[in-house]
Amino acid sequence: MKSVPDLAERVRAGDRRALARLLSLIESDDDAGGTELARLFPHRGQAHVIGVTGAPGTGKSTLVNRLALTLRSQGSPEVAVLAVDPSSPFTGGAILGDRIRMREASVDRGVFIRSMATRGALGGLALRTQEAVEALDAAGFGHILVETVGAGQAEVEVAQLAATTIVVEAPGFGDDVQAIKAGILEIADILVVNKADLPGADETVRALRAALDLGRPSRRGTGTVRRETSWEVPILRTIATRDEGVLELAGAIAAHRQHLESSDEAADRQRLRAGHDLALRLQEELAARFLKRLGDPAWNEAIEKVASREVSPRAAVKELLERGTE
Amino acid sequence: MPEPTLRILIAKPGLDGHDRGAKVIARALRDAGMEVIYTGLRQTPEMIARAALQEDVDAIGLSILSGAHMALVPKLFELLRGQDQQDVRVLVGGIIPDEDVPTLRDLGVAAILGPGTSTDQIVRAFQEAVRAAPATP
Repeated sequence: MKSVPDLAERVRAGDRRALARLLSLIESDDDAGGTELARLFPHRGQAHVIGVTGAPGTGKSTLVNRLALTLRSQGSPEVAVLAVDPSSPFTGGAILGDRIRMREASVDRGVFIRSMATRGALGGLALRTQEAVEALDAAGFGHILVETVGAGQAEVEVAQLAATTIVVEAPGFGDDVQAIKAGILEIADILVVNKADLPGADETVRALRAALDLGRPSRRGTGTVRRETSWEVPILRTIATRDEGVLELAGAIAAHRQHLESSDEAADRQRLRAGHDLALRLQEELAARFLKRLGDPAWNEAIEKVASREVSPRAAVKELLERGTE
Repeated sequence: MPEPTLRILIAKPGLDGHDRGAKVIARALRDAGMEVIYTGLRQTPEMIARAALQEDVDAIGLSILSGAHMALVPKLFELLRGQDQQDVRVLVGGIIPDEDVPTLRDLGVAAILGPGTSTDQIVRAFQEAVRAAPATP
């Protein structure tokens, strides 16, 4: 990996090439990245982190493009976009195509766009994305938009790192049962029905409204803390391709930010996020240390046994733990 | 230490609206385990240089069918040098007349991939171009 001296200082001073390099170090899990990030840690906490998630094809990238420009026009000096796409589980490669729909934002000097592949690590999305957000935060961006593919776990993860989570729907993407199944009500601070000019938009809004009215049983996925919020989740209509409804969306984001700051929710969320983050890091570190001590032969033997259905995964883990901690 | 994942920007500068070739190349590089940032049609040299910087890519693949390579490529190199990105390798694919090849080579183009180059050859050209790149001081 190419090294750069004084990376943290240069990132703080607004050097975008240094920032890009730091993001690469973070993505490749390079120790130097961790060291530089630790030096930046005291400087983060200023940015408003906005998660944007939803099924593929709902128009997230186009919406993020417009939102970034709107935030800029409202006086945000610099906006960062982190666009996360999946890596191929077979080759590890990825095609990161979110920039195609961010053409206008990409020519704005005040918008920094970075594409990020999940790189397939267990829990890797959360860890690396979280660290990338910390780097962007310390680099001085006022708003950080994190766009993920709404595929299951990623949605929950983005909600844990964002202060405001936007879930994007579009007409024709499933009925109200789908909406409840996908768990979006628990993570959404703002619901957006994009492509609102398409037939079925009214039905989608109605289904979401009905699902919201059923109530939100708990906040924030992991279930370690259950608390009520006084925030009323708005349902907004947008047509991102025509820049319609985006101003209202920016207004809702600002209102949510104000709500967080004027209540104790911001601090609660910080605490939840810190706990989640620590648990993930601990899991990863413990697993890495344990596997190192255990050694490859025992690990491969366990894999064989489970693959051939000689023992169950649960029994295999128990056995591994006994062997590895002797 | 595992092989670092190569990050490649595939860009389509100029006014021609035909990006099938660029997409085939993007897929081939992905299948070889690389991360490919694809930026879409009609990119200016300024947009390409900015994207390369933000994405911290190892190499840029330009797909040019419009015949405008003698204007676009020198401009891109000028921008890359001005942004301290001279270690980023540039490869050019598309229709490049033989007589332009030496000039592009002199500018620093790492490889020129004409019609009929196999995807295997393209993947190898990117791998070799990055391997040959000088380390950042």
